[in-house]
Amino acid sequence: MDSSAIRKTLGQIGHWITNFLSIFLALLWSVPVIWSIIASFRPANDAMSRGDVWFSNTLTFENYTRAWSLAPFGQYYINTILVVLLVLAVQLITIVLAGFAFANYEFFGKGWIFFFVLLQMMIPTSALLAPNFSTIRILGIFDTRLAIAIPYFGSAFGTFLMRQAFMSVPHDLVDAGVIDGCSWWQLILHVYLPPSIPSLIAFGLSSATWHWNEFLWPLIITNSDKSRTLTAGLVRFTQLGEIGAQWSLLTAATLMVAAPLFITFLIFQRRFIQSFVHSGLK
Amino acid sequence: MNIKASRKRFKPLPYILIFPTAVFVALFTAWPVILSIYQSFFLQRMNIARFREPTFIGWGNYIDLFSDPYFIQVIKNTLLYIIGTVPISIVLGFLFALLVNRKVRGIGFFRLAVFHPMVLPMVSAATIWLFLFTPDYGLFNAALRFLGYSGPENWTGNPSLALLSVVIVAVWKNSGYYMVFYLAGLQNLPSDVYEAAALDGANGWQTLWKITFPLLRRTTIFITIVAFIDSFRTVDHIFVLTSGGPSRASTVLLFDLWLERFEYQDIGISAAITVVFVIVLLAFTVTNFITSERKEV
Repeated sequence: MDSSAIRKTLGQIGHWITNFLSIFLALLWSVPVIWSIIASFRPANDAMSRGDVWFSNTLTFENYTRAWSLAPFGQYYINTILVVLLVLAVQLITIVLAGFAFANYEFFGKGWIFFFVLLQMMIPTSALLAPNFSTIRILGIFDTRLAIAIPYFGSAFGTFLMRQAFMSVPHDLVDAGVIDGCSWWQLILHVYLPPSIPSLIAFGLSSATWHWNEFLWPLIITNSDKSRTLTAGLVRFTQLGEIGAQWSLLTAATLMVAAPLFITFLIFQRRFIQSFVHSGLK
Repeated sequence: MNIKASRKRFKPLPYILIFPTAVFVALFTAWPVILSIYQSFFLQRMNIARFREPTFIGWGNYIDLFSDPYFIQVIKNTLLYIIGTVPISIVLGFLFALLVNRKVRGIGFFRLAVFHPMVLPMVSAATIWLFLFTPDYGLFNAALRFLGYSGPENWTGNPSLALLSVVIVAVWKNSGYYMVFYLAGLQNLPSDVYEAAALDGANGWQTLWKITFPLLRRTTIFITIVAFIDSFRTVDHIFVLTSGGPSRASTVLLFDLWLERFEYQDIGISAAITVVFVIVLLAFTVTNFITSERKEV
C-alpha cells in the first residue's frame, strides 16, 4: 500500500471512531431523562427492586394524576408562570430604557453609573440572599410572588446586551430620526428597537429559562402554597413523608415541573440554542 | 440642523431612563453588600433570646469563622467542587462542539442529547439523578457493576462520595451549555487558515492543537468565567441530593451561608460569610479583567 492509501484507511477508521464516540456519548447523556420518563409511566406497585429496571407489562398515567392530587401543582404552575411573566415584563422596559440611555447619550458620570449597574453581574444575587431576605421583610412583601420577582427587575446583563445592540445601529439612521423630529421614545420604537429584536428575544428566552428553573431564592422567600413556585414545590413534594422512595411518583412530579419549558425547547430548539449563544457572546 | 445641540437639550433624560434599573441594583446589590459588612461586626442570633439584639464584637465573627475547622472544611469542599466541575465541563463542552460541528446525518440528535440537561431545572435534574444513584437498583450502580466496580453503592450517603455525586450532576447538566459557546466559536473560525494548514500537510491533531484551540482562546476564557461563577451560585442539586451531608461532606460556601442564616439564624456569621463570598467574586472578576486587558495589548 502506498502512503495515500494508508492515510485513507486511517481516515476511515478515525471516522468510525468519531461516530462511535458520538453515539456512545449521546446515549450516556440522554439515559437519565429517558429512564425517568419510562419510570414515570410504570404502575406504582410495579417496584423496580423486583428486577427489571427498564420494562414493565403495563403503562399508566396514574402517577401523574396522583402527583397532581398530592400537592397543589396547579397553583405552583400559576405562580411560576406569573413570576416569569412579571420579571420579563418589567425587565424588558427597564433594560430597553437604560440600554438606550447608555447607547445614545453622553452625560456626566456615565462611566461610573454603568460600572455601578454592572456590579450586579459581578456579584450574583444568590450570594446576597441573606441581606435581601431582610430587605423583603422590611418591604413587607414576604411570601408573595412579587418578592420572588423584585430583585430581578433591574438587569445589568440585559442593560449591557441592549446597549451593545443599540450601539450597532448605524449613526446615520439615528441622525435621520432626530432630524425628522422623533422624540426619544419614537427614536427607541422606530429606530433602535426594530434591528435589536434578536437581542431582545435572546434575553427574553434566557431570562424565562433562568426564572422558571430558579430554586433557592423562591425557597427562602416563600412560606405557603399561594406563592410557592414549581421548583420549590417539587423539593417539598419529594420530602413528603408519605412518598418515600416511590420513584414512579417522584419522576412523574419531576417531569411535570420541567415539561412546559422542555417541550417549548424541543419545538424551538434552534432558536433556544442561538439565543444562548447570542446572549452569552455579545 | 445641529444634531449635537438637539441632543444636548435632553439633559436630565438619561438619568431618568436609567433610574429604574439603578434603583433595583442599589436596593438588591449595593445595599445588601453594605448591610452585610455592617452586620458582620455584630453578634446577633435570632434563635437565642439574649443575642437577638446586635452587640458590636469587632472582627469576632471573622475570627470565629476562620478558626472553625468546619468552615475550613467548607472552603476545601468548595475548592474541590470547583476543581471537579469547571475543567471537566469545559473539556467535555469542547469535545461535544467538535463532534457536533460535522456534516453528518443525525447530528441534530447528538446535539439535542448533550444540550437538553441545560433546559431542565437543576432540582429536576438532581431528582432524576437521585433516582439513578439509588443503591439497590439504580442505573448508575448497575452500569458501574457492569464495568467491574465493586465499591460502595450509596453515593449520596457516603461521606467520601457525596461531593463527587454532586459534581457528576453538575458536569452532566452544564457541559452541553458550554458546548454551545465553542460551537459558535468554531463556526466563526476563518477557513483560509485551515486550507493553508491542509496544504502544509498538517494532520488532524496538529490542526486541532496548533490552530483550533489557540484561535478559541477568548471563548475558553469566557466559558471559564461563566463556569466559575456558576459553580459558586448553584447549590440546588445539593439540597436534593445530599442536604450538604453526610456530616457536611458536601457543604459548599453558598449552602453553608444558607445553613447559617436560615437554619441556625445566625445573622452575624452569615453576614461575614456573605462578605467573604463577595470579596472572592470581586477578586475573581478583577483578576480576570486585569489579565484579559494585558493580553489585549
